[in-house]
Amino acid sequence: MSTLEPVAVPDKISPEMEQTAKPRRKKKTAAGDAARAISSPWASVAAIVIAVLWTIPTIGLLVTSFRDQRAINRSGWWTAFGDPGAFTLENYRQALAPGSSAGLGQYFINTVVITIPAVALPLFLASLAAYAFAWMPFPGRDALFVAVFALQIVPLQVALIPLLDIYVNKLGFGASYWSVWLSHTIFALPLAIFLIHNFMRELPAELMEAARVDGAGHVTIFFKILLPLLTPALAAFGIFQFLWVWNDLLVSLVFLGGTPDVAPITVRVAELSGSRGSAWYLLSAGAFISMIVPVAVFLALQRYFVRGLLAGGLKG
Amino acid sequence: MVSTVIGAVPAAIPEPFLRAQSVPGKFFLMFFAIFFFALVFGLVLFLASLFKGKNGERVQGALFVGPAVVLLAIGLMYPAILTINQSLRGRSGEGGLTLSNYSAMFTQPELLLVLRNTALWVILVPILATSIGLIYAILIDRARGEAFAKALIFLPMAISMVGAGIIWKFVYQYKQTSRPQIGLLNAVLKLLGFETQQFLINAPLNTFMLIIVMVWIQAGFAMTVLSAAIKAIPDEIIEAAKLDGVQAFKMFRYITLPSIRAALVVVVTTIGIGTLKVFDIVRTMTGGQFDTSVVANEFYSQSFRFNAPGLGAALAVLLFILVIPIVTYNIIQMRKEA
Repeated sequence: MSTLEPVAVPDKISPEMEQTAKPRRKKKTAAGDAARAISSPWASVAAIVIAVLWTIPTIGLLVTSFRDQRAINRSGWWTAFGDPGAFTLENYRQALAPGSSAGLGQYFINTVVITIPAVALPLFLASLAAYAFAWMPFPGRDALFVAVFALQIVPLQVALIPLLDIYVNKLGFGASYWSVWLSHTIFALPLAIFLIHNFMRELPAELMEAARVDGAGHVTIFFKILLPLLTPALAAFGIFQFLWVWNDLLVSLVFLGGTPDVAPITVRVAELSGSRGSAWYLLSAGAFISMIVPVAVFLALQRYFVRGLLAGGLKG
Repeated sequence: MVSTVIGAVPAAIPEPFLRAQSVPGKFFLMFFAIFFFALVFGLVLFLASLFKGKNGERVQGALFVGPAVVLLAIGLMYPAILTINQSLRGRSGEGGLTLSNYSAMFTQPELLLVLRNTALWVILVPILATSIGLIYAILIDRARGEAFAKALIFLPMAISMVGAGIIWKFVYQYKQTSRPQIGLLNAVLKLLGFETQQFLINAPLNTFMLIIVMVWIQAGFAMTVLSAAIKAIPDEIIEAAKLDGVQAFKMFRYITLPSIRAALVVVVTTIGIGTLKVFDIVRTMTGGQFDTSVVANEFYSQSFRFNAPGLGAALAVLLFILVIPIVTYNIIQMRKEA
């Protein structure tokens, strides 16, 4: 890819650059030196090229989602800027309207209803289990923890069809929210338990011991002492799980099919993309309706998310 | 214990607690579910608090891990065993013991193509995403507006693969060369004087076009983790190297790279595992047609569309088998570093 080229740029080191860049009291890094060695202008150009390449596709579709249906198919979105009057909210109205061919409004609500319990439930279950694995002695604890950790390698594809059979034939859930709530919970547990356990092990043991001496039981310690301390870890994993569930296609497709009663917005947008491949006025608006919440959550809670990612990436 | 609770419920779940068509009904269902789960946990914790002393602690431990372990056993372990069993029983998944599904995978031309595509994905995506992420992390390190620059690359991570698929489908949109272009990439081709291309239909080009979408999504992840690793390199090492007169590119080669090796391994393997299981991109953009299918997508097609659950199960097991060495390598590396 063209984006790989900047590194091949000859290392023209401008000495004054290296020296004068220092009055600001920022952390020194080896990579920063390498970047300056490419000489600042080139490094900036390369960075901007990558940033533009990464951003343009999204902007293109975003602009399209506000253009008139006929204009979309007649000219490129980059030609639209000349005429500010050409922009409209009609595509969004049509995509969301209850009786319209897309009817994304109700699917959006399905996504919300699916996501909230599917985030809360595994968080709570995993922190309970992680607490026991971290601080409660019981026989077979370590072996069980390793087993739970090992389950991370089971791809969810392996479990889908038998689970579907259990829901439909043994439990009678069929295509209901209960199927996806439970499935998302199960699939999230191994990683959640592992990450929260790691976080808990870093808390000082004296904290727990002092509470025990004061006569607090495990239930009290868990709720009164640990849960508040765990907030950053829970927030990080919660955002992860939120994005994963909100953006999921496979689990919903398998357990819910495409019915408007239960199916989430990703399923509907994917369906529109298959059956109405060139209805860009619906597809572009639909894509952004499905993206708005996760992107907002991501932007608002970026710090926690990155922290969770680093905990997961570097430790797990 | 929890299993019996859950097992007992569905027969008793009346229709309004199972399905809803109206918006208030759906939210009622959601709150009911949360309330129900809270009740179950409350019960478990109440039971736990009743047990005292050394033996009581064991019971408490069992109650704390019980719900999670039971769910994992029933929802992941048991299904995995069933799937492995089904993969060994022919196309329908119901016959006698046979390896026919596995031999089909390595002999039938369509399935061989699926394996080839998967190999392309798993090799190219981690390498490209990690390289781009690393280069970008270095370029913007300590630059002005670093946080904003990072967010631009990182944002695709928050977008669903369905959404990403549609974004890129639009970039790849095809019109005949003579007509006005609405897809950005073909517009660029036309501007440069080339014929426009059907990027998603012409094989093998289309597989590479899909791979680009996954690289676009994953580079932000690589960039974030690697950027943190770079910033974690101790100042003393850098200062010492500088005093020794080590120049910038040697610094990168002999100090930065070795220092972030562990992070690089984690990033490459994590992206590799994610790529193996990728399904949404292929399904949204080509539906696996035009020679673009990969194992995860073929699993879905065989299981749910072509009525071959046995073959689908075998593909799922193949995914499982492919993930094992990657994860094992990862764990060994982690042990070494620790």
